[in-house]
Amino acid sequence: MSATMTGITPTGKFTQLRQVLGRNTFLVVLAVLILAAIIGPWLLNADPYTQNLLTRLQEPVWTEDGTWKHVFGTDQLGRDVLARMLYGIRISALIGVSVALMGGVIGTTLGVLAGYFGGVTDRIISFLITARLSLPIILVALAVVSMFGASLLIVVMVLGLLQWERYALVSRTMAASLRNAEFVTASRIQGCSHWQIMWHDILPNLFTNLVIIGTIDAAMAITLEASLSFLGLGVPPPMPSLGLMISEGKENILFQPSLVVIPSVMLFLLVLCVNRCGEYLRASQAKE
Amino acid sequence: MIYYLARRLFVSALLVGFVSMISFALVFASGNPAAKLAGEAGTAADAANLAAQYGFNRPVTSQYFSWLSGVLQGDFGNSLYFNRPVSELLLQHFPLTAQLGAMAMLLALVVAIPLGIAAGRYPGSIADKIALTLASIGQAMPPFCLAFLFMIVLSVQNQILPASGFDTWRHAIMPCTALAIFAMPAIIRLMRAEMIVVLRSDYIRTARAMGLASRAVVLKYALRNALRPTVSLAAAQMGSLLAGSVVIESVFAINGAGQLAWVSILRGDFPTIQALILVFSLFYIVLTLCADVINGWLDPRVRAQG
Repeated sequence: MSATMTGITPTGKFTQLRQVLGRNTFLVVLAVLILAAIIGPWLLNADPYTQNLLTRLQEPVWTEDGTWKHVFGTDQLGRDVLARMLYGIRISALIGVSVALMGGVIGTTLGVLAGYFGGVTDRIISFLITARLSLPIILVALAVVSMFGASLLIVVMVLGLLQWERYALVSRTMAASLRNAEFVTASRIQGCSHWQIMWHDILPNLFTNLVIIGTIDAAMAITLEASLSFLGLGVPPPMPSLGLMISEGKENILFQPSLVVIPSVMLFLLVLCVNRCGEYLRASQAKE
Repeated sequence: MIYYLARRLFVSALLVGFVSMISFALVFASGNPAAKLAGEAGTAADAANLAAQYGFNRPVTSQYFSWLSGVLQGDFGNSLYFNRPVSELLLQHFPLTAQLGAMAMLLALVVAIPLGIAAGRYPGSIADKIALTLASIGQAMPPFCLAFLFMIVLSVQNQILPASGFDTWRHAIMPCTALAIFAMPAIIRLMRAEMIVVLRSDYIRTARAMGLASRAVVLKYALRNALRPTVSLAAAQMGSLLAGSVVIESVFAINGAGQLAWVSILRGDFPTIQALILVFSLFYIVLTLCADVINGWLDPRVRAQG
């Protein structure tokens, strides 16, 4: 694609670099956050579980009483907020990726089946999608988690089983439009089975769109997990989830608002970056 | 139109039936509800007694149908924790949540629709950039985080607004704004995208060619068609907004249906949980049905496909 067609007029190396980085800022920030979450705790040698009641509720470093020993301060049990936040990002990332994958498998299977076969199959699956949409996801998740007991695995399972409707809607529409495409007809004439056609002809064409939905879903899952943990029915304490940190911090919102602000801002940043990466993918796909 | 209406009503009725089954079955998902009710200290005999008292020893289908026939008569059973009829609890708590949701939705629409129109009318302009930035931020900000940030700035550091309760209009500002910002991004984006598509269409070009003023074209002809998908979206958003108020009500200690749901989930009060899940789903189903009917009425094409 030529420069004039994309509307970009390269004026120099620096401008070009700035444009490329500018479009990918959020990807860079996301990579930095994930990297920090992976190697940060190891570099800092800080443990998110160690309690020290003598140094509880210390202020972050940018306030008058802050020290560099606990950059983001300590919580009501004297645990290091920075270490807990970094572990919290790990948990959020884990939940986002696994829920997006699980929902992706369920939703895409249903959507492709509905779109490819049409007719009664389509009616039944469309009905399931509408039923899923009408259920209040957060209430159902809360109820199920409370019955099975809160754990990381249960949260992932519940959210993955509940959040697949976007994949289903998009793959249904796309599969329906591909059903009568020439290359699908060609495969059918050659004697391919329905499964072969769906797997080899339809699915690869959905891939980019599914990845885009995956980013939206991962972001949604991160927010939902935080909401569940905030309400006390998500990741169980003492695990450092961002939602749980906000919930614990709200007890001290009068004296040390940073305990709420730091995990909130981190949650916002994480979800923002994931969403923006999805937008970037969508924009680059639309250009093709 | 009558055929369309009848078919939509039929599908909605089926949906309500299916959702009622799910909300009923949720209680049995984890196994024995009587053992759960008896608690950790309860013996097997306690559990058996409770099972007999609440009828858990009957076949599940029979339990479901007796529950359903009660629900159809407005009787959701008795709350195990509050020891009162669930319907009474619903009537007491739901209006507050509905009020909160309606106010938030109104605020979201009032801000998002003009922003979306402006953004779609002049893509790439400053208005567009503001709208898209707002949409990105709103989409990424979990409502309860935003609520806490509001609370810290407006209640803790400066005592401008009350931090909890829902008594006066001043109590409503923070929770409504937080919920509205949660609902806004999708509306802004859809409105913008629809506006861009509609303004490119032939009949708009014709209207322009005939010399109509730009303002008239946008507000009278384009807006009408661009609003149609927004009606559906707003209905769906309203449904999820109500369910999303669980978290907001917990933050601001508002004693609405969301708070009731949270308390009953924590206490294992499943008649209340079942009723609430059913009622929230019902709200969603009725709202989307209304949106479909409005759209079918506005646009004959919808009736034909629908």
